[in-house]
Amino acid sequence: MWDYTDTVMDHFRNPRNVGTIERPDGVGTVGSLACGDALTLMFRLGADGRIADVKFQTFGCASAIASSSALTEMILGKTLEEAERITNRQIADYLGGLPDQKMHCSVMGREALEAAIHNYRTGETGMRHLDERIVCTCFGVSENEILRVVRENGLVSVDEVTNFCKAGGGCGMCRNEIQKLVDSVAAERTQTRAAPAEAPRKLTNLQKIKLIEEIMDREIRPALQRDHGDVELVDISGDCVTIAFRGMCAGCQASDTTRHGLIEAKLRACVAPEITVVEEGKP
Amino acid sequence: MNRLVYLDNNATTRVAPEVRDAMLPFFDELWGNPSSMHAFGGRVMRHVEEARAKVAALIGADPSEIVFTSCGTESNNAAIYGAAEILGPRARLVTSRVEHPAVLGPCRHFREHGSAVIELPVDGVGQLDLAALREALFGGNCLVSAMWANNETGTIFPIAEIAGLVKSAGGVFHTDAVQAVGKVPVDVGRIPVDLLSLSGHKLHAPKGIGALYIRRGTRLKTYMIGGHQEHGRRGGTENVPYIVGLGKAAELAAASLDEERVRVAALRDRLEAGLLATCPDARVNGDTRHRLPNTLNISFEFIEGEAILYHLSDQGICASSGSACSSGSLEPSHVIRAMGVPFTAVHGSIRFSLSRYTTDADIDAVLARVPPVVARLRAMSPFVRA
Repeated sequence: MWDYTDTVMDHFRNPRNVGTIERPDGVGTVGSLACGDALTLMFRLGADGRIADVKFQTFGCASAIASSSALTEMILGKTLEEAERITNRQIADYLGGLPDQKMHCSVMGREALEAAIHNYRTGETGMRHLDERIVCTCFGVSENEILRVVRENGLVSVDEVTNFCKAGGGCGMCRNEIQKLVDSVAAERTQTRAAPAEAPRKLTNLQKIKLIEEIMDREIRPALQRDHGDVELVDISGDCVTIAFRGMCAGCQASDTTRHGLIEAKLRACVAPEITVVEEGKP
Repeated sequence: MNRLVYLDNNATTRVAPEVRDAMLPFFDELWGNPSSMHAFGGRVMRHVEEARAKVAALIGADPSEIVFTSCGTESNNAAIYGAAEILGPRARLVTSRVEHPAVLGPCRHFREHGSAVIELPVDGVGQLDLAALREALFGGNCLVSAMWANNETGTIFPIAEIAGLVKSAGGVFHTDAVQAVGKVPVDVGRIPVDLLSLSGHKLHAPKGIGALYIRRGTRLKTYMIGGHQEHGRRGGTENVPYIVGLGKAAELAAASLDEERVRVAALRDRLEAGLLATCPDARVNGDTRHRLPNTLNISFEFIEGEAILYHLSDQGICASSGSACSSGSLEPSHVIRAMGVPFTAVHGSIRFSLSRYTTDADIDAVLARVPPVVARLRAMSPFVRA
């Protein structure tokens, strides 16, 4: 049996706002019978622009029903701008947490809300644009949906992605692709973590040298080593950093791109915008 | 809180009071090692052998053909690994798509290591495709593992026919009879199975004890290497209290089998007819003509199994579901899907499984409490039009 909180069980046993609205302003439906859970959410706006009435119908497990019920309570009385800022994490928190494997229920709630608001604004019934690439064909999850749950919830593994949006939970063929998406967001995170904290400050020469060394070791060399290459720091003179490529990078045709696009860009972002990077023995 | 109504006996059964009483002396008094060369241990050995004889008697085997294991999963692993190792890497492994994971898992392990593994399809009621089996047997040199009865639907395979086909093709035949033993007659004297798995906690013995039947002359590579116990077929000091418990449970099952399977089937049939009469859009999954007497698998369309189970649990009723959410994975039951059950009904499948402790009052309680739960969940389902 799942370890549901008392709040989850309360919303499952006594779901709030079940049903339909005669003439709703917005309707959103996500999920399907085949997937095992589905939610239809509809709302009506009051004269003040706030959500005056909200109803839901859910096909799904206890936590799917509870997440839907909690969502309706959370958005009642809010403007659409306020409502659309609600994240799946907030829905889960409202319920006192959900088991890891059930986080996708909170994501379904957030998606249904977005679909309903989208429906109100555009009259369209589908949220997904036709050009979106589907990564998980078993559960019909697109690349953008995966990237979003990874970013919003700080996910670091394929299993976590499966818990949050089901992607990868069927045949498993797309798990490698999901891993790449997780990796790409992880790379975004290290960039943004390093950049604002370390860039705009005046450094002493010693500090600058230490920081360059640190960034080379922590961020640049591991990336090159993954492709069996490497780079060595030869000299730092003012803002000019001299490097030498090793391993597969030495003599690689793309080494100039690596020097300019990766190393120089990284050091400019993290250390000082004036930095130039040159390869040893090259003009 | 309502009185507990336990209809989940294919998951596990309560330990019979007689079984518990039979086990207790082996904790406080007769705690010796059966292998010891002293009378204190020797007395224990006699009880182990008595238990072995009782388990053998339940399935028509010779006591020397029974090896005690820790559970049904161990028995299945031992049979498949042990037989496949002897047959060699070129042997084919033939099984069905509706087997228990304890059979499918070992078979898939061999597939990953290069063996040819064939998972035979089943029809809409979960019956094995015998034509596909005949084709898979062509050329002999194969291990076939097909279950006696399915844990989710109760569908009973034509095991005599399957065993006959396998043996005449020269293959080795293993059957996972974990759900059958103690519920329907199982007689290896009449049916030529080579290996058969059974589990204690499905027939009112405790969890943690099982047995593997190995027909005399069947070659099996030992997987649990160590001591000489079980004639070298399974090392490890005997789990004496549990072996004694399994023996007692086998004795009880044998004594009441004919009477209980009629009584339990009547209760199950009443449950089935009552639910079909009171719940619209419900369908029975499985082969109603060849089915365990204690099992009812029924799908309530347009609603989801876990939600049904939680509402039933609130009312003291224990059952289980083949829905994705209740399995802990995202995929619904592989058994229900292999049968081609329409997707409107896959996620709402509920299994009620009875035992010799099930009463008329239990069935009355379920018949009274299930229809309102189904109606309540349908009222909030987006797929049900008012």
